[in-house]
Amino acid sequence: MGNIVTVSEVCKRYGKVQALRGVSMEVAEGEIFGLIGPDGAGKTTLFRILATLLLADSGTATVDGLDVRRDYRKIRRCIGYMPGRFSLYQDLTVRENLEFFATTFNTTIERNYHLIEDIYRHIERFKHRRAGKLSGGMKQKLALSCALIHAPRVLLLDEPTTGVDPVSRKEFWEMLFRLKTQHGITIVVSTPYMDEAMKCDRIALVQNGHFLKIDTPAAITGSYAKSLWSVRSEQMHRLLDDLRQWPGADTVFSFGETYHVTIKNGYDSEQLQHHVAHCGHQQVLVQHIEASIEDAFMALSD
Amino acid sequence: MKEKFVIEVDGLSKQFGNFVAVNHISFQVKEGEIFGFLGANGAGKTTAMRMLCGLSVPTSGHATVAGYDVYRQSEQVKRNIGYMSQKFALYDDLTVGENLKLFGGIYRMSRHQIRQKSDHLLAELGFTAERGTMVRSLPLGWKQKLAFSLAIFHDPKIVFLDEPSGGVDPITRRQFWELIYRAADRGITVFVTTHYMDEAEYCDRVSIMVDGHIKALDSPAMLKQMFQVGSMYDVFLALARTATRSE
Repeated sequence: MGNIVTVSEVCKRYGKVQALRGVSMEVAEGEIFGLIGPDGAGKTTLFRILATLLLADSGTATVDGLDVRRDYRKIRRCIGYMPGRFSLYQDLTVRENLEFFATTFNTTIERNYHLIEDIYRHIERFKHRRAGKLSGGMKQKLALSCALIHAPRVLLLDEPTTGVDPVSRKEFWEMLFRLKTQHGITIVVSTPYMDEAMKCDRIALVQNGHFLKIDTPAAITGSYAKSLWSVRSEQMHRLLDDLRQWPGADTVFSFGETYHVTIKNGYDSEQLQHHVAHCGHQQVLVQHIEASIEDAFMALSD
Repeated sequence: MKEKFVIEVDGLSKQFGNFVAVNHISFQVKEGEIFGFLGANGAGKTTAMRMLCGLSVPTSGHATVAGYDVYRQSEQVKRNIGYMSQKFALYDDLTVGENLKLFGGIYRMSRHQIRQKSDHLLAELGFTAERGTMVRSLPLGWKQKLAFSLAIFHDPKIVFLDEPSGGVDPITRRQFWELIYRAADRGITVFVTTHYMDEAEYCDRVSIMVDGHIKALDSPAMLKQMFQVGSMYDVFLALARTATRSE
């Protein structure tokens, strides 16, 4: 399969702020590609360049073989873009918004209903409600329906799950997965939630306008090179300081109910265990663990 | 030892027309506790939190916050709590120092107090050189740390954090939680909402709201044991699936 999106050495600066510092990536057709990183990393800038709403200062980008600068009109027909901020018409109803986007692209809701059915059925009973009066989760589903109604080949979704609770996020990812498998739509999606990275075929870890790494989630966690240990005890607050005092500790970070500790060369977990016991901790549990995407991100960003 | 509660809620409800946003909730929060207040979008968290902050009058039930009644003493409630959300925290077009002065003034601190506490706060955060910097031009992670420090600037008994840590990188998010730990160790009670389930694990106790009710309330360890699952994420999924309210 060919690459439906390509980005090559793209740079973008806003005044003094260098938003993108020469990023490159290729997205294969039918893939879910994730841009994973914090606010301000450059994710939205890249989406806006791919959506032909912003010109790069340098570098090139293509969608379906079309150049974002030269062929922007054609590109706009083949992408569906869902910006991070809700950008439908608040005072049109659910149905009117959908009709508006369909007619803008010279099509009808009926013609492409099969694409949105799975998503739209959740909000259909509110079709006469104004978009501005919808809850967050329903707005998100309407926005996705509107981005799909002209049957795009590529979906560009900028942080669709930010601020959304875990159950709605799970449902949303299930919808994306069906769009990919049942309709072959390519999806480029950004998220600040590291756990969602595992749901993508490939991801780019983004920080400060750079890609730290591009690969499958499994390859990224698999290539984690540090010695990683999970540590817990009865007194978690004090344990954090005690672990940081240990000269063998490279990094110490909270991870849910435990701390993840990386150990410097020349030290080992027995010494770690000894140190923690020496500090007077009870019910100490030290286990060697595999890295998560979040561990990998933290290791790559320091 | 008799436990001291800084938030006591008994049968608290809030109704908008026919819609019961918060339906007869009861719970207590202990002094110095980190209390996680979880729930799906639309479960009633924000409405409940607004009542506890003295911003919205309950329809029925009782609640005291820092010893003050939320119906009759909402001004005293506001004076004794701190509040921070991701949506609003700091004035972007004021400098760091001006924000400190403004918040200190609102909470009726003396100039001398404000000056003294500002110096201490900036030194502790390593922001002393940024006193004259516009908040707008600070990195997001710095803003969040500053916003939290400001929310506890007037030494409130309780600080309410409404999704405080969204959008930052994983390291900054953890540094932010370490500030929360430190505040709790100093005896400040922390009441926090979040959609990050790993952060639910950092709380001493967690409540989970479903359709206006509190469906579960216990320590993360007990909740996981009760639902026989390995993470708070799974506890949340198990409970939120029982929701019938369509947001």
